[in-house]
Amino acid sequence: MRYLPHTDADRRAMLAAIGAKDVDSLFKDVPAAARLDQPVDLPAGLSEMAVERAFTRMAGQNLSAGCAPFFIGAGIYRHHVPATVDQLLTRGEFLTSYTPYQPEVSQGTLQYLFEFQTQVCLLTGMEVANASMYDGATACAEAAVMAARVTRKKKIILSGSLHPHYVETTETVTKHLGLEVESLSPDPFGLEDLMGRVDSQTACLVVQNPGFFGGIRDLTQLADACHEVGALLVVAVAEPVSLGLITPPGAMGADIVVGEGQSLGMGLQFGGPGLGLFATRDKYVRQMPGRLCGQTVDQDGKRGFVLTLSTREQHIRREKATSNICTNSGLCALAFTMHLSLLGETGLTRLAKLNHAQAVRLEQALRQVKGAKVISQSYFNEFSLYLGDDVDAADVVEKLAAKGILGGVAASRFYPHWPELRPVLLLAATETNTQDDMEALVSALNEVL
Amino acid sequence: MSMYFTKDHEWISVEGSVGTVGITDYAQKALGDIVYAEVPEKGRKVTKGGDAAVVESVKAASEVYSPVSGTVTAGNDALAGQPALVNESPEGDGWFFKLELSNPAELEELMDRAAYDDYVAGLE
Amino acid sequence: MVEITTFSGNRGLHLEEPLIFEQGCPGRVGTDIDDAGPIDEDRLGGLARKDAIGLPDLSEPQVVRHYTRLSQKNYGIDSGFYPLGSCTMKHNPRLSEKMARLPGLADLHPFQPKSTVQGALSVIDLLAHWLKGLTGMPAVAMSPAAGAHGEWCGLMAIRAYHDDHGESHRTRVLVPESAHGTNPATAAMCGYTVDPVPATDRGRVDVAALKAKLGPDVACIMVTNPNTCGLFEDEIIEIARATHEAGAFFYCDGANYNAIVGRVKVADLGVDAMHINLHKTFSTPHGGGGPGAGPTVLSEKLAAYAPLPFVVHGANGLELVEHAEQAPGAKPFGRVKGYHGQFGVFVRALAYILSMGSDGLRQASSDAVLNANYLLASLKDVLSASFDGPCMHECLFDDRFLKDTGVTTLDFAKMLIDEGFHPMTMYFPLVVHGALLMEPTETESKETLDGFIKVVRALAAKAKNSDADDFKAAPRLTPRRRLDETLAARQPVLRWKHGANAEG
Repeated sequence: MRYLPHTDADRRAMLAAIGAKDVDSLFKDVPAAARLDQPVDLPAGLSEMAVERAFTRMAGQNLSAGCAPFFIGAGIYRHHVPATVDQLLTRGEFLTSYTPYQPEVSQGTLQYLFEFQTQVCLLTGMEVANASMYDGATACAEAAVMAARVTRKKKIILSGSLHPHYVETTETVTKHLGLEVESLSPDPFGLEDLMGRVDSQTACLVVQNPGFFGGIRDLTQLADACHEVGALLVVAVAEPVSLGLITPPGAMGADIVVGEGQSLGMGLQFGGPGLGLFATRDKYVRQMPGRLCGQTVDQDGKRGFVLTLSTREQHIRREKATSNICTNSGLCALAFTMHLSLLGETGLTRLAKLNHAQAVRLEQALRQVKGAKVISQSYFNEFSLYLGDDVDAADVVEKLAAKGILGGVAASRFYPHWPELRPVLLLAATETNTQDDMEALVSALNEVL
Repeated sequence: MSMYFTKDHEWISVEGSVGTVGITDYAQKALGDIVYAEVPEKGRKVTKGGDAAVVESVKAASEVYSPVSGTVTAGNDALAGQPALVNESPEGDGWFFKLELSNPAELEELMDRAAYDDYVAGLE
Repeated sequence: MVEITTFSGNRGLHLEEPLIFEQGCPGRVGTDIDDAGPIDEDRLGGLARKDAIGLPDLSEPQVVRHYTRLSQKNYGIDSGFYPLGSCTMKHNPRLSEKMARLPGLADLHPFQPKSTVQGALSVIDLLAHWLKGLTGMPAVAMSPAAGAHGEWCGLMAIRAYHDDHGESHRTRVLVPESAHGTNPATAAMCGYTVDPVPATDRGRVDVAALKAKLGPDVACIMVTNPNTCGLFEDEIIEIARATHEAGAFFYCDGANYNAIVGRVKVADLGVDAMHINLHKTFSTPHGGGGPGAGPTVLSEKLAAYAPLPFVVHGANGLELVEHAEQAPGAKPFGRVKGYHGQFGVFVRALAYILSMGSDGLRQASSDAVLNANYLLASLKDVLSASFDGPCMHECLFDDRFLKDTGVTTLDFAKMLIDEGFHPMTMYFPLVVHGALLMEPTETESKETLDGFIKVVRALAAKAKNSDADDFKAAPRLTPRRRLDETLAARQPVLRWKHGANAEG
């Protein structure tokens, strides 16, 4: 076996040093009834070539996004990731290192986490960010729990603009914590009235911007309304590229910003792993979940970085910790921070403008589709298309796929119990789309509708 | 003014009906460099043996329990900016909070300095 | 040794590297973006950004050099021996990386129509098949993102079962004192209270104490096996039996499953739920702290409560169940994260599993245990072993051997850094004083172990015979020496701000 260095002679020599007659005797503490005396009845090991063959076969059973006109978003966005990102990501010192608990041999990881935290603050307009969490949905749930801790209140209101997976994850996480979650109806038209919802019992209001159905809203008044009653405004951002072009949540009064960082640096990967972004105000830093990297000096007075404020975390606080989270998404944070470094201010602004322009052009092209209408009042790079009263968008998606087009995702995939959403199709456009893609989508829609 | 001690290594010095609470020299040494202290706000009711404050070093977090019951009259705001006061002057400027005692009889269950010193000697 | 100072602050291959925010020049760009072209009017609803973001502009070569230099300040498994106990730092095969980057697997969106992702669903299904087969468990929840997340998934399934069976009064969880901190933190996240169970002087759960604590309000026990001391809980079957008899479940923390994969089916131990850290047992890269994955195997009783989504075999191939009503009989406790699990990690773990096969996996756990026992046997006369062997995949020492030397476990570990090794895990588990927990893993050769043993023996002798200050000053040869963690925590500086983060 290529990953195992021992020869039989090595093993014999080591057993002799231990004073054991065989390896089985080292397992003597395993109750005899549970000891297996031969390998489990599953296939034997394969060569590299054979493994590659097996995966190539499985990969071949998929239609990859790059091989089709592609317009799917709904929280995971397809962007061009510069080749540099993946090449640097596989450097063994990054790829094969552990959590930076030993700062003297982990300054590389610690410095990029410090840079990552800063980038997340700059993008979101917040004061402090952690070193990342599992994904946007879990970060959102953690924010709701943190808001309850900060405000000592129990009611959590989830806007109908919030990604349904974020809603479901938050509902699950809060289930046994004595909190009361009010999840509002899906809001494809951006018409929901949140101002009247917050009251003195409210710990937080969670909204998404741009919303799940595409709409962008000014959150300033909502933030004021929350603060008036002592509640926090939590804003989820599922598409960080949007922050290159639209006003960041921090500038509109958000108290906690969570997000999904996948769209920078990571590619689609069938939706996982993700990168949970989490930022807040300085005054709440000790209530934050997750790892934090901070600046300090070494014995010689040189600037260096360490994990800090760890007393919030499970390995010290145990059952009183702010969360049970132990890992972050270190390598995903690295991909994010490298992509953002390549973009810089100039590149991110350009990329965001291009994405928006692509979506505007897609909307224009879709005007040629009979009976279809974009219902999002405003949007960044994704919007909701109403296909017509009797049209089942899920059926349309299948028919488009049969024509080799990955033409968005039907709202009913998330909301099977809302018949009025059956004709709604979510469509995203990014820099990866061409004019030909858009024309192909329009003509295919005209054929299947 | 008299001073009393708990088995959890808090001290309380009492003048009239007002007590000042902190952690002992033994406790600050055991914790190491204090990096954070959270003190109770004025008006908070605390009970004997109940959570009243938090003290943290780099690798440990501990609750500070109130030695007696009462109502907090002041927290030591200086600790927010200078947690090191707890190390430098545990029984002086590093105090945590003051409270109005609601049941001074509870003091009788605490140790005096000599008893506390014996207790600590037994731990080492 | 002659102290050499340089004008640049660089020291040969040790290159100083400023923060990225201290570099660059407005107008540079490290990746080309097409011009957006004209649009009639924007659709941003009047919310266009007004202020600059504040990101630095750099060219591609500057960015490449920045991250290359940062990487050189890190120690990875690729660099050398990394005996970090309880973390399983073993070789990460590059084949797994290559497979995860096949466009047919990497460039897939989670909401593509199912007909276009049958291969991706088969990756999930095949990995699930292996996990079930290896553990002997009938079901597995694939979506948890990490070990702690899997613990929570398991306990949520247990809580859902109890709630469904009129046993909601079961809210106490028994957790051994030696447990990893995630266990009590997880129990608290499920609204449970934690009741610690003491250990015996053999480093194992005190079974009598555990039995005495079992009762009608106990929801489950959480036991790590092999435990955090690197020992197999030899009374585990009796523990499981007593737990079940009390109407409670046995959650096994599978953090150390790598010691027994292919040699024990955990179903035979009476386990009801256990997470599997794919980044440990199945060798996907730790990546400086993630991402991992924590699929959680479940017993027959708990299977129906597994969270959404999951893959099932349907009439037209594989189906992804995203809503409870799509799967009759399912009573999912909810959803644990977005999308369909850590797919990129699944591909890597499956590539490893198929490469090893059932024979290779059994050999791997055998060699991991052999290596740990070899370290134990080779060091126990100079260090102080906390418990008698045999150990499983890791061996535990405490700091008795440093008594009266003035040298601490931390100092000893920092000396190892200067010797070119990553330190072992320190001060965990908490049940012994000044713990040094070493996990060599199966991918280390005898030569590597012998080299490490030689150095540790020499350092142990040095600690006894020389000035402790020498140890206190270590490491000396790293890009940074010991860092002031007190300063970092007292005056937190958690981000760069213009003009505020000057070099010390």
